[in-house]
Amino acid sequence: MSTRTAELLAAIGLLLFSLGMMWSIHSDGLKIGWVPGRGPGSGVWPFWLSLGMALTSVWTLVRWVRRTTTESRNEAPYIDPDHLPLVAISFIALTVMVALVAVVGTYISIALFLGFYMRVIGKHTWSLTSVAVTGLVLTVYFIFEWQLSKYLPKGLPIFEDGFLWIDNFRWEYLM
Amino acid sequence: MGDIFALLAMGLLHAFEPLNFAMIIAGCMAGLFIGAMPGLGSVNGVAILLPVTFLVPPTAAIIFLAALYYGAMYGGAISSITLGIPGASTAVATVFDGRPMAQKGQANQAMMGAAVASFIGGTISIILFTLFAPPLADVALKFGPQEEFALMILAFATFVGLGGDDIPKTIFSILLGLVMAAVGFDIISGKPRLIFFDMVEFQRGIGFLVLAIGIYGIGEMLWTLEQTGGKIKLEQVKTTLREFKEHLRSVKKYLPTTSLGSTLGFFVGTLPAAGATPASLMAYGLAKTFSKDPESFGKGNIAGVAAPEAANNAASTGSMLPMITLGIPGSPTTAILLGGMIIWGLRPGPLLFQNNPDFVWSLIGSMYVANFVTVALNLALIPLFVRVLAMPFTILTPIIFILCFVGVFATTDRMFDVWLMLILGAGGYFLRKLNYPVAPAVLAIVLGPLAERSMRQSLISSQGDITTFINPAQHPIALGCILIAIALILYPVWLNFRRKRAAKSGGESHWQG
Repeated sequence: MSTRTAELLAAIGLLLFSLGMMWSIHSDGLKIGWVPGRGPGSGVWPFWLSLGMALTSVWTLVRWVRRTTTESRNEAPYIDPDHLPLVAISFIALTVMVALVAVVGTYISIALFLGFYMRVIGKHTWSLTSVAVTGLVLTVYFIFEWQLSKYLPKGLPIFEDGFLWIDNFRWEYLM
Repeated sequence: MGDIFALLAMGLLHAFEPLNFAMIIAGCMAGLFIGAMPGLGSVNGVAILLPVTFLVPPTAAIIFLAALYYGAMYGGAISSITLGIPGASTAVATVFDGRPMAQKGQANQAMMGAAVASFIGGTISIILFTLFAPPLADVALKFGPQEEFALMILAFATFVGLGGDDIPKTIFSILLGLVMAAVGFDIISGKPRLIFFDMVEFQRGIGFLVLAIGIYGIGEMLWTLEQTGGKIKLEQVKTTLREFKEHLRSVKKYLPTTSLGSTLGFFVGTLPAAGATPASLMAYGLAKTFSKDPESFGKGNIAGVAAPEAANNAASTGSMLPMITLGIPGSPTTAILLGGMIIWGLRPGPLLFQNNPDFVWSLIGSMYVANFVTVALNLALIPLFVRVLAMPFTILTPIIFILCFVGVFATTDRMFDVWLMLILGAGGYFLRKLNYPVAPAVLAIVLGPLAERSMRQSLISSQGDITTFINPAQHPIALGCILIAIALILYPVWLNFRRKRAAKSGGESHWQG
């Protein structure tokens, strides 16, 4: 996809998004004008600003047609094809990591992600990878779970129970 | 005046308390490191590390983040000089002469010049800050909702007039941030608004940190991966005390232009859209204009390294001025700091000087101390930072991604927000590639709730009379702000008109607005 096409699609998408916002305000029955005795209605701010978004998107579309923007004259690929695989695989791995949190919990999921990235993409040695993974998991546990008392997601009950054991150990012996 | 000195002395004492001092050192180190990494700047560091600062009390937390901001300005020069890639956009101008110096084997001199100039810039701007902040806060105390709203309009107008980006896209970005801030329960009527797909999670709104980490964490890393493909080339640097002494003798060569650049940087930094990047470019231009030997610029003139480095440091301090005194951030980084202060339960703005003098003056005191700490750390550790730059992206990138995820979850306790961060990050990346500026959206989502409230309060108090914002008898300051805002918005139109006329008479038009 060329940058020119990407700009057109983005402008159309953003226009539809802005109109969707305006529709959402309207269908929720929020007042977009002055409410006697109450002041400006609760829909005033988002509605009129969304209208502004829609208008600027139309403005961009006009400029696209007239080839005024730099992007509308740029026929080069939207994402550098040499680097696209790296960007795509990074984002997919990241998404898989976040999805896995619900299953195996935060710690196993971030360990798998870092391990994958270092070992498969970075081709680092097993020893460096395991040191980094262990260090990261312990640091996250220490900062967030221990010092900030945040309960990071632990995944399915079977994994959660495993962590309960670690938490009990901490409360029993380390606090 | 005597008051200021007493308060400043108190602030300095606070800055030397063990925890605060440790935070200054940690912040400067983190900032130097983050600033030096290509693709990461102060704004990314502050966004990604904000959740971690909940470990310490608010004063220590903001001291850490301010020191990080500061350190990142120094750090940016490291990769500009050794890699020829600006470590952050704020260090772009440093490449012009820093890189040629490194190629001539004078990387050491360039690094030391950058460090000393940053120190000069930092010192001048923090003195200006101390002098300007209290009176400005006094004036701002008299501000009502009309003035607040007019100031915010002015802040957004600077993006349109001075941002230098595509104008419809800039306006879109501002409006998008403002509308995103309105998601969730209405602050005045309590009605739910913009609950997309009827998902209850949207009732709590879209947190500014979710957007900031999405854009400056996830989006920025994707951007960097695409730009560099993960490959970098490095020049080696060594510094010794003897060389530093030699360097100090050459300081007088660039001292005058550097001081001028610092003052300029401070005032440019106070403008929301301008900030450190244009400040450093302007200072570079200024140094070249005033130089006896302008041809040597771009070929490795130390003054060409010093001026932009002084200016970007001065601008970072300058951008704190409107944030602390008016509650209007002067840069994306200070927008995130402002959001952080709201999370800590502090209301940025003029009342801060009255209600939380400890907080304000500790921060100011810490800036003085951080300036010394950073220059010392920087000079001592240049070889270390250069080695850190060689760290493979395949270790740093996944760690940053993980920090983004854990940081967002720890702040909001919802996986929903983590998904939202991913979507906003990817969206930010795609839009940024199409030249939609992202900084205005971040600023707008922070200011959105405040802007909406002040607008509605003004209209309620004036019974719907929209001219209340431009009433010269009741709100002269608001009128002044609105007039400047209109002038700023019309400025590019006027420029466009002039260029078109020039183009008709034979010149060529480069204007993209």
